[in-house]
Amino acid sequence: MKPVLLIDFGSTYTKLTAVDVESETLLGTAAAFTTIQTDINDGLTEGLKKLKAKIGPVDFAETYACSSAAGGLRMVTSGLVPELTGEAARLASLGAGAKVVGVYAFQLTEDDLEDIREAKPDIFLLVGGTDGGNTECILHNAKMLAQMKPEFPIVIAGNRTAARQCQRILDGCEVYVCPNVMPKFGVLNAEPTQKQIREIFLTRIIQAKGLSKATELLSDIMMPTPSAVLAAMKLLADGCEGESGIGELVAVDVGGATTDIYSIAEGMPDHMNTVYKGLPEPYAKRTVEGDIGMRYSIQGIVDAAGMDKICRLSGLTEERVTELVEDLKVNTDKVPNGDDDLEKLDFALASGAVAEAVARHAGTISETYTMLGQTFVQEGKNLTKVKQIVVTGGSLIHTRQTEKIAAHALYDPAHPESLRPKEAGVWVDRTYILAAMGLLSLHYPQTALRIIKKELEYYGHSE
Amino acid sequence: MEQRKKVLVIGVIGADVHAVGNKILYHAFTEAGFEVINLGVMVAQEEYIAAAIESNADAIVVSSLYGQGELDCRGLREKCDEAGLKGIPLVVGGNIVIGKQKFEDVERRFKDMGFDRAFPPGTAPETTIEALRELLHMDGETA
Ligand code: B12
Repeated sequence: MKPVLLIDFGSTYTKLTAVDVESETLLGTAAAFTTIQTDINDGLTEGLKKLKAKIGPVDFAETYACSSAAGGLRMVTSGLVPELTGEAARLASLGAGAKVVGVYAFQLTEDDLEDIREAKPDIFLLVGGTDGGNTECILHNAKMLAQMKPEFPIVIAGNRTAARQCQRILDGCEVYVCPNVMPKFGVLNAEPTQKQIREIFLTRIIQAKGLSKATELLSDIMMPTPSAVLAAMKLLADGCEGESGIGELVAVDVGGATTDIYSIAEGMPDHMNTVYKGLPEPYAKRTVEGDIGMRYSIQGIVDAAGMDKICRLSGLTEERVTELVEDLKVNTDKVPNGDDDLEKLDFALASGAVAEAVARHAGTISETYTMLGQTFVQEGKNLTKVKQIVVTGGSLIHTRQTEKIAAHALYDPAHPESLRPKEAGVWVDRTYILAAMGLLSLHYPQTALRIIKKELEYYGHSE
Repeated sequence: MEQRKKVLVIGVIGADVHAVGNKILYHAFTEAGFEVINLGVMVAQEEYIAAAIESNADAIVVSSLYGQGELDCRGLREKCDEAGLKGIPLVVGGNIVIGKQKFEDVERRFKDMGFDRAFPPGTAPETTIEALRELLHMDGETA
């Protein structure tokens, strides 16, 4: 037996997962409540006590952790053209597991600096210009940032011609230079920057957020939780040496405040008569909807889905829905717990959240009529051929109707322009192990993949 | 230090799907030593501009084959000015208008729209490259 402990420091729970990498089994999981007030280390001690009560005394050979505690990894980005390097910077940050709290394009203004200061980012990502392209904007923005004497580290990943000059302008600040996130027009190169972001997260942010005591326990890895989930999803889709994956997939994680969507898929047009427009998106893509969540962002779901739809899906009257929604906005930790109406409402909310968040993540197709006839223009990823949907996140795994909720991620004939999966099998992460397996996969990919396949519950195809 | 190649943004404007000439031009320009950003077919004015800003392009080369070039090209110069691409050379070619019209008239109309050069149907890639070299003051250089 070689037990390994995986920790996920969340903002409300510290979740612990113990696995035996020799027998490739899950030993057990436990969670301890933490709040902004409580010391994060107390949560860990408490969680360990619970875990050991379940699985007996163990000496962990290795310990790895991820964290989304204390607001997660907050990032602000600035690029040049919004649809190009602006979008590349945003996608790169999301893929690194960040919570993007500000996105800027073109030249930063004095007012922007005020907002940036208020946003209190953990890291600023400064990009703009393809290699050999525009230098004016990124140099201007470096000067503006220098002027505000930033306390946050800045990652420069723009036009390589200007990188060193930006570094000199920002002399005295904590600066890292990475290869351009968009070295050529339409080419994304986010990995080196994402790696740098995770390194900064490890060294700097953990200290700032009171995790340093806990980290004495850790073997080495510490990454943002979404980045661990993304690693698990990539592993599950692609497989690894000695263990095959399940193919292209979409994963949904509906939380209390936000909804994360992941897609591991190429997503390029599947017809000769379809032209792709815009920035090609990453194979492993993550998006976060900050206005879609089951409690803190409950109003966002109602706004996006529409009151009619929530009433129809829940079978409740508009008055009742409004009443319950208002209550949940205040009592954010309320769970159905057998309450029939609340259960129905949560079903409707979760369905609405999934439909909206996946629609925003997926690409779109539009027809144009030319004198010749129809032609199609695709923007973003085409996920219609994706055959697997993975469901994680508290709000979905605790309900009994998980597959029905997940079906709302699928193609909707009423919205043919939205390129969501046509039909798919549903996998449910009931034991909430994905982040932990993402961490484990960095050293034990085969083991992690086998445990995921064993632990995820599979429901047949939905259409 | 290696000299920066001249950067061209090329593409077929509007709802035009004629893809063959665009591919030929891409290869011919690249062969001639330009750095070419090819936006392909069905390119909106905004796409040329966005690509030209990021890449600090030296010129935008617009193709139009299906006859609606005049409509599609209208306003491009003004949008470039607006976007901070003041004075960027704009050239256009292909079959830029419908049917047989006197090319001097066509050329004048495109120049009035702010294009630096407009080319008649059947202009060979070599002629196009020559004209671009001249326009970008590249005498003697290999782009
Ligand atoms: C093949 C073809 C099609 C195919 C295109 C397939 C594809 N995806 O590429 C299809 C069947 C889809 C098609 C459709 C249409 N087509 Co068509 N098509 C042709 C055809 C026969 C050949 C085009 C071609 O590939 N030529 C070979 C390449 C190498 O040449 P090129 O495209 O002209 O490009 C060269 C030059 O123009 C020049 N050039 C191009 N851009 C620029 C830019 C600059 C700055 C410069 C200097 C030079 C330059 O350099 C290029 C390389 O040498 C031409 C007729 C012809 N013989 O040219 C008609 C033609 C272009 N089509 C025409 C028309 C009207 C149409 C349609 C509107 C209706 C129709 N009749 O079918 C639709 C439009 C669809 C749309 N939305 O775009 C007309 C255009 C008339 C006009 N402009 O006055 C043409 C000229 C036929 C004709 N004589 O009527 N077409």
